[in-house]
Amino acid sequence: MATQARQRRSTAPQAAPGERHAQLRQFYRDMVLVRRFEERAARAYTEALIGGYCHLNLGEEAAVVGLMSALRPTDYLFTNYREHGYAIMRGIDPKRVMAELYGRVDGVSKGWGGSMHMFDVTHRLLGGYGIVGGQLPLATGAALAIDYRGGDEVVMCTLGDGTTAIGAFHESLNIAALWNLPIVFVIINNGLGMGTTVAKSSAEPELYKRGAAYRMESARVDGFDPLAVREAATTAVAAARQGRPYLLEVVTERLRGHSVVDPAKYRTAAEVERLKEEDPVHLLAAKLTADGALDADAIAAIEEEVAGIVTAAADFAASSPSPDVSTLFDYTYATPVPNDSRRLPGQPLFEPLPAPVAGIGASA
Amino acid sequence: MTIMTYRQALHDTLRAEMLRDDSVFLMGEEIGVFEGSYKITAGLLKEFGEKRVRDTPIAEEGFAGAAIGAAMLGLRPVIEMMTINFSMLALDQIINHAAKIYGMFGGQASVPLVIRTPGGGGQQLGATHSQNIELFYAFVPGMKVVAPSTPADAKALLLAAIRDDDPVLFLENLALYNTKGEVPDADVPAEIGRAAVTRPGKDLTLIGYSRMAHVAAEVAASLAETDGLDIEVVDLRSLRPLDRETIVASVKKTHAAVVLEDDWLTYGIGAEVAASISDGAFDYLDAPVRRVAMAEVPMPYSKTLETAALPSRDDVTAAIRQTLAAIGHRTAPLALGVPQS
Repeated sequence: MATQARQRRSTAPQAAPGERHAQLRQFYRDMVLVRRFEERAARAYTEALIGGYCHLNLGEEAAVVGLMSALRPTDYLFTNYREHGYAIMRGIDPKRVMAELYGRVDGVSKGWGGSMHMFDVTHRLLGGYGIVGGQLPLATGAALAIDYRGGDEVVMCTLGDGTTAIGAFHESLNIAALWNLPIVFVIINNGLGMGTTVAKSSAEPELYKRGAAYRMESARVDGFDPLAVREAATTAVAAARQGRPYLLEVVTERLRGHSVVDPAKYRTAAEVERLKEEDPVHLLAAKLTADGALDADAIAAIEEEVAGIVTAAADFAASSPSPDVSTLFDYTYATPVPNDSRRLPGQPLFEPLPAPVAGIGASA
Repeated sequence: MTIMTYRQALHDTLRAEMLRDDSVFLMGEEIGVFEGSYKITAGLLKEFGEKRVRDTPIAEEGFAGAAIGAAMLGLRPVIEMMTINFSMLALDQIINHAAKIYGMFGGQASVPLVIRTPGGGGQQLGATHSQNIELFYAFVPGMKVVAPSTPADAKALLLAAIRDDDPVLFLENLALYNTKGEVPDADVPAEIGRAAVTRPGKDLTLIGYSRMAHVAAEVAASLAETDGLDIEVVDLRSLRPLDRETIVASVKKTHAAVVLEDDWLTYGIGAEVAASISDGAFDYLDAPVRRVAMAEVPMPYSKTLETAALPSRDDVTAAIRQTLAAIGHRTAPLALGVPQS
């Protein structure tokens, strides 16, 4: 199934070779950063330095860097729970992303969110969200707020292929289209919702076609080609900025299991072998090398630079303190109110009183 | 002071807040052209236009979530769920998102959202349209839940809810919309998280909220006249946070409590109130805390069955008399054959 129609056709316009290669070298470096960061996260997870669930962007690096390069710093991003790479490519320091994975105070969400819930107001990443489809209505509302204020920002909202079956997807696309909101919905179609293929979960497996039900412009792009992704995303973002919401489907692969602990036994041996060949990072390196735009020395230099960043991120995370228990009740409410409970599990609601001395019903 | 209905107080407060703050806007099903199922938003589309009074498609999850997202960017949406029953279509957005966003992201974004919605049975609307499920929201830290019982509180609590930076479930009640009362002319928000002793007394504490606070006040007044009883009435007003201090202080004074609720008894709001009394005033109680709540059935359509399922004034009166009888108070002759002391 993972061979589903990932179109090899590049939609990227033919820029001057030098310019293209410079952009692709930058993409390659960024893709290697995401790749090595995720590998380090997987290692830290197996070392029990990271808890909970941990979903990686392995195989989706070209999609991540292409999409993020199409946004302005003032644009907003909502994602699902597979968002480490997006956080880094939005410009968030990998140290703070790793510290969040470690559950430390210096994490992007101060240790309250973890892998699935990265958030950074400054870089306008308005959340990874752990509930499938949860981010779509929120992102639609952010676009509504932009429209309400007459701003020119755009919201990009990524989602997985499995999310196109959920009600929130349809309600959100309908509202966005009805109200002409500045939003791009991006389906990251890696062919699998956990272990269920697109063919088994979607009556219309060409997911971008679902936009037609809402008269929403839509397109499908090869998610292994970062330039094609960038061009398609740029087109989509430009439409959204003019109040024409857009549905973009990026066809990609998930190289490993759904999460770090998933051995992906539902995949055939042939598919596993194919994925060893079809790796977007390796494919781009081979292409750039064949074009003479990259050589072994340059690749080694990139690997060294990235290794330094990733090691520094892990070191930073390990040395960042855990949140103090005294902060447990700091984020229940933004507006403090009386009688908000600050009781720890073993504490009584009321301090025990001595029993009345003068019999039943005596007043204290 | 002006005497007006609960409905009018809500309408006027929404309008005043929209005039005061451009970031306040309304969304919901049928709130604009149709002017609201219960006409709370009558005339507002005409006055403020489609940008600020938005009719939505029938998509509770979609528009509730859109309101949350807009609130994250600093707008102050007030959405209407046509009845609280329909809010269940938006549970994921309200509970998994509105209530979580401030904490889950370490306090980086708040959600200044108000969800207005009426509960209430007694209108022969059958099983799916007669529920009181505010408990679902009151259960969840991160949510605030308020339940005004009077026009004055409708105004004061709506002002507070709109100006609050957290998601507030604002519980209205179908049976209260036409009730009248004095409403202060000044815009003074209530304090969310505070109950009110609406009638001081010493014989027994009667606790309720929303419609049942109304019933409590009526029964207390009636028993004062017929039985000479001095009953204290506590209107919870806020279900989360719950003002346990006020409840417990009252019971310490009266030594007896009857808790009223329109929802089902098992696991209900009244169970939490009763447990709180046990926690805070066990040594002061002269009788078990009594709960009067709806019968544990899906609400029937038939008027006779519906009436039987809902707590009535007579049910409350009987529960009070039985409780007082149990602790040896002298009361009027008992209707239900409970021995008098």
